[in-house]
Amino acid sequence: MTLALTRRPGLARLRAARQPLYLACLGFVLLVVLAALLAPWIAPSDPNAVDLGNVLAGPSAGHLLGADTAGRDTLSRLLIGARTSLIGPLGVVVFSTVAGVAVGAAAAWRGGWLDSVLSRSTELVFAFPGLLLAILIVTVYGEGLLAPVLALAIAYLPYVSRLTRSLVLTERERPYVAAYLVQGHSSVQICLRHVIPNIAPVVLAQSTVNFGYALIDLAGLSYLGLGVPALTPDWGRMVFDGQTAIQRGYPLSAILPCLVIVLTVVAFNVVGERWADQVARRDR
Amino acid sequence: MPDTVLEVTALQRTFGTVRAVDEVSFALAQGGSLGIVGESGSGKTTTARIIVGLDRPDAGKVLLHGRDRTERARGRAQRLARARQIQMVFQDPYLSLDPRTSVQAALRETLRLHFPDIDHARRIAELLDQVGLGSWAADALPRRLSGGQRQRVAIARALAVEPAVMVLDEAVAALDVSVQAQVLNLLADIREQTGIGYLFITHDLGVVRCVTDDVVVMRHGRIVESGATAEVLAAPRHPYTRLLLDSVPRPGWDPRQIAAARRAL
Repeated sequence: MTLALTRRPGLARLRAARQPLYLACLGFVLLVVLAALLAPWIAPSDPNAVDLGNVLAGPSAGHLLGADTAGRDTLSRLLIGARTSLIGPLGVVVFSTVAGVAVGAAAAWRGGWLDSVLSRSTELVFAFPGLLLAILIVTVYGEGLLAPVLALAIAYLPYVSRLTRSLVLTERERPYVAAYLVQGHSSVQICLRHVIPNIAPVVLAQSTVNFGYALIDLAGLSYLGLGVPALTPDWGRMVFDGQTAIQRGYPLSAILPCLVIVLTVVAFNVVGERWADQVARRDR
Repeated sequence: MPDTVLEVTALQRTFGTVRAVDEVSFALAQGGSLGIVGESGSGKTTTARIIVGLDRPDAGKVLLHGRDRTERARGRAQRLARARQIQMVFQDPYLSLDPRTSVQAALRETLRLHFPDIDHARRIAELLDQVGLGSWAADALPRRLSGGQRQRVAIARALAVEPAVMVLDEAVAALDVSVQAQVLNLLADIREQTGIGYLFITHDLGVVRCVTDDVVVMRHGRIVESGATAEVLAAPRHPYTRLLLDSVPRPGWDPRQIAAARRAL
């Protein structure tokens, strides 16, 4: 089986050839997810509590990772911010996976004009920069997480649908599909019960990689001040807020969220690619 | 003369300029066994795919109990009725089962589709027993089974539908010789018990000799010779049939002479 996940140029060379890197990345992913889930209970203080006595403070007992220009605790903001920063990409990935699988499977299975229409229109989306689409939609609909998530979901749909289409095309040539047809099962049933579950691991690997990219894009949008509302803790927003801190010589509150974003994206990439490799190597 | 269950008349199928199947006609008697022999590319597999409905002919008809089944099935009822007419066992048992579906789940899926009201667990045990697999196989995934065992599962799955005719497309070709014999014996027993008609698609004359009453020899999409298996194999009339017989390796066999005869044909 040929497996080529779509990855961006800079990250394409990053492969989890060695077990430790994969395990470290998987561990980091789990850590971030756990932090997001448990954030309200483990955050040391209110992420929006302003402590003007400690503006731009360095790490101390009161503020483990220091405080930002408004004296808000960086650690708490990182932890609570993990929630918005992860729920956005999750929405993008869920939407784009479900819709992408539906579009790709329909195109591959029916073929003919439907394939042409679906493939050409998803390629059209490919040609249009996702971030630009998101900015456009946010400027029309105003602040909020839903608009950029939907926009990015549409932008990411072609990654999934193209992969699904090629996988379904190879999968449907397998004799077991013919066997089910001869048995009298309908095409839709065969597709839903057998073909899609068989290609699911690869699609999920692509979606895991997409998760990282969606996280960058959404963080970028928040950085531009689009997307999440001003007071919501969010990693991208924190980088934006931290700009003034850097100018004043206290970079910690901006660098930490940057670091978390980069590490999370890399971790999701490595994990996704590794899963795809495992599926490809698995003996069928 | 017993009743005819399956009749194929003047079947034609072309791919581009290649006539894969050309004016092919034959009939299968009720409970009979017919072999279609030919080398690779002789059009026998295309014929099989047309008969089961995976492909459609350009011209000609496939009649089952006198009813045409060449048109595309309309609706669920017709699709199920078609499936109960003809079932197929595929060449490669490693590929004809979904790697994710256990034996039991595969059989139950078919039973649920065709016989929703019966006791599925009991029928599955019956079917596994009929193909010589114990109830231990029920929970196994295909990758846990050997080639012979997988082919038995494929046969059980075809039997589950209770078809009138079973098409066996090189059904033993991928198995090793001792297992081939077991599976062929099993198929012979099943035919005796159930009266299902067999259509054996094969290149192996040994298989034809073992399990078929009649035989049709195909070459380049055409039927070159047909008749009772014993007669055709004992006294082939067409040079191609003779060549096929001579091509079977045995003591004193000379591949160069065969190749020369093939070029001359």
